[in-house]
Amino acid sequence: MTTTTIARRSALAGATAALCAPALARGQGAPAAIRIGYAISKTGPNAGGASITVIPNYEMWVRDVNAAGGICSGAMRIPLQVVEYDDRSNSEDCVRAVERLVNQDRADFILAPWGTALNLAVGPILNRAGYPQLAHTAVTERAPELARRWPNSFWLLGTGSQAANGLVELLKTQREAGRINDAVAMVAVADGFGIDLANGMRGALQRAGFRLAYDRSYPIGTQDMTPILAEAARQGADTFIACSYPPDTLAITEQARISGFNPKVFYTGVGTAFPLFRQRFGDNASGIMGIGGWNADSPKVQDYLRRHRDFAGREPDRWASSICYASLEMLQQAIERAGGPNRAAVIRELQTGSFDTVIGEVKLENNLLTRLWLTGQWQEGEFYGVAPSSMPGARQPVLPKPAWRAA
Amino acid sequence: MEAVAGTLLSGVVLGGMYGLVALGLTLQYGIARIMNLAYGEFLVAACFAALWLFTAAGVSPLLGLLLIVPAAFLLNLLVYRIFLAPLVRRAASPAALETDSILATFGLLFVVQGAMLAAFGGAYQNYSVLAVPVPLLGAVVPANRLVALLFAVAIGGALFLWLARTRAGTALRGVAVNPVAAQLVGIDVRRAAALAFAAGGALVAAGGVLVSMFLTFNAAMGVVFTMKALVVVIMGGVGNLLGCLVAGLLLGLAETAVAAWVDPGLTLAATYALFLGVLIARPAGLFGRVAR
Repeated sequence: MTTTTIARRSALAGATAALCAPALARGQGAPAAIRIGYAISKTGPNAGGASITVIPNYEMWVRDVNAAGGICSGAMRIPLQVVEYDDRSNSEDCVRAVERLVNQDRADFILAPWGTALNLAVGPILNRAGYPQLAHTAVTERAPELARRWPNSFWLLGTGSQAANGLVELLKTQREAGRINDAVAMVAVADGFGIDLANGMRGALQRAGFRLAYDRSYPIGTQDMTPILAEAARQGADTFIACSYPPDTLAITEQARISGFNPKVFYTGVGTAFPLFRQRFGDNASGIMGIGGWNADSPKVQDYLRRHRDFAGREPDRWASSICYASLEMLQQAIERAGGPNRAAVIRELQTGSFDTVIGEVKLENNLLTRLWLTGQWQEGEFYGVAPSSMPGARQPVLPKPAWRAA
Repeated sequence: MEAVAGTLLSGVVLGGMYGLVALGLTLQYGIARIMNLAYGEFLVAACFAALWLFTAAGVSPLLGLLLIVPAAFLLNLLVYRIFLAPLVRRAASPAALETDSILATFGLLFVVQGAMLAAFGGAYQNYSVLAVPVPLLGAVVPANRLVALLFAVAIGGALFLWLARTRAGTALRGVAVNPVAAQLVGIDVRRAAALAFAAGGALVAAGGVLVSMFLTFNAAMGVVFTMKALVVVIMGGVGNLLGCLVAGLLLGLAETAVAAWVDPGLTLAATYALFLGVLIARPAGLFGRVAR
């Protein structure tokens, strides 16, 4: 499954075109195109996440860059050429596709696959071959260690314990203000990120002096949450945390609404930030917290939202989508500063430079994105970042969560 | 006490869904002898059809059943006539047909999945119909799940009566028990098998439409349903509708009870422990008769 898009040079060069000479003035020895390769999960269990968070961003970025004539390299613009594979959500397929991109397709740059497991799987090859790896949809406790081991790799979505600390900081403030009690009911999906996030939560809650009144995990694929929610509701906890995946996030929220389970803090995991969530629950999404968030009042975010809607016909998610797009902007700016597809120089630039992106100015610390939204909350139809409170544009969380309305 | 009633009730509701999802496979596998690995894909396709009717035309899924179920019957009849009938003709033994049909429907799985990916993309889908609480026996049940349970019971009951009381139904049961002997008493086995396969396809479409009201699905999720249906069908006894419903209910009750009173992490273990237990005690399934 290969699609090759031969880039078109467009007369509609954007504002940045002023910085570059027209594309026609191509000098001697400059490449005709920059080859961008990626393997992404178009089929298999990861397709649900990849097709919301990653694929529209990759496609939109390539189209926009080529519509502007390409990436600036010294005095000219070099268009992008794309080689794309489906990794079928399978690590072996993904590794094989990336090896092929390196050895056979001779890609200049390789964009990251979706998810923690596949990013870990392709890490060694990209490291050996000297390609930058901007992992925008990987959350792993080992990110700091991996960034040290593979200096070409950049981890942009934080760690499970970071996300947990973000929420628990917020809970601490609310408890000190006397708005919630110290009992917490938590459920978690028994799979990679659910386990990581739940472990992070346990540690952070314990350190902050919260009491875990209910703490259970359920197998991946569970969509009948009625018995679990009934038990969680019986504990008298003001805070309910679900370290969940998208289908269970929807099921938990829906079944909590139907059974009238309405704790003061209602937090669900992956999928809370999806546009599908708001579309599904409408006003009932109001007050629900989850992982991620963004500053919806920022003009850059609003512009990104509008362009994404125009391009893909649907909205991006409010957690990793904008970070994924920011990683592409970072790559583009690093290539421009390196004066072309010079991978070693691009990696150096990504390690040390600061970049102007849709999520604001980004400067990585030890190859990690450290300033990012950890908790969001649906307020007035948007998923605003509420923690960490030090982030520019952070909103005050709304507590207690409003009562469920009849759908 | 109220909590116990609530748990049992949600177990029954979940079990009804399992039974509903598996009814079609028991016809396809038990009577037409086609081990349909693309079963879950057909179910998800029906989910998409219901979603599409609901979002594009505003048709409620329950009305959509009137359109989707006959369409699925015809589609499955075509699949059987064009694609599977040649395998049936050349099969030397039931075992050979089983192997061939597994391989062929494994390919079909990718075709159906690919078509859904091309048409709808890989994203998660979910919509809201009848998502209102119904207080029942001291517990609260979503109306859509309750409707699915009632449909499962109604469809299962009607089908059971049809198979037990009518001439065509008796012919199908004859084919299920012994295809060779059925021919000797004047039953058109090929026609009966095609009918069973298409009826199974219509049932899985009904199941898909009903579960789409409360489950989140995407194009890649078919295999989850195939696995669950297979466990239910084999546990209940291949080709036995009542067994299918009873096995589904047992699984639902076991999962819910374990989730509520032991640990939600052990629901899968409970499913397979129950499955193994039944197979050890009754190798042909709860209601199955031992062959030979």
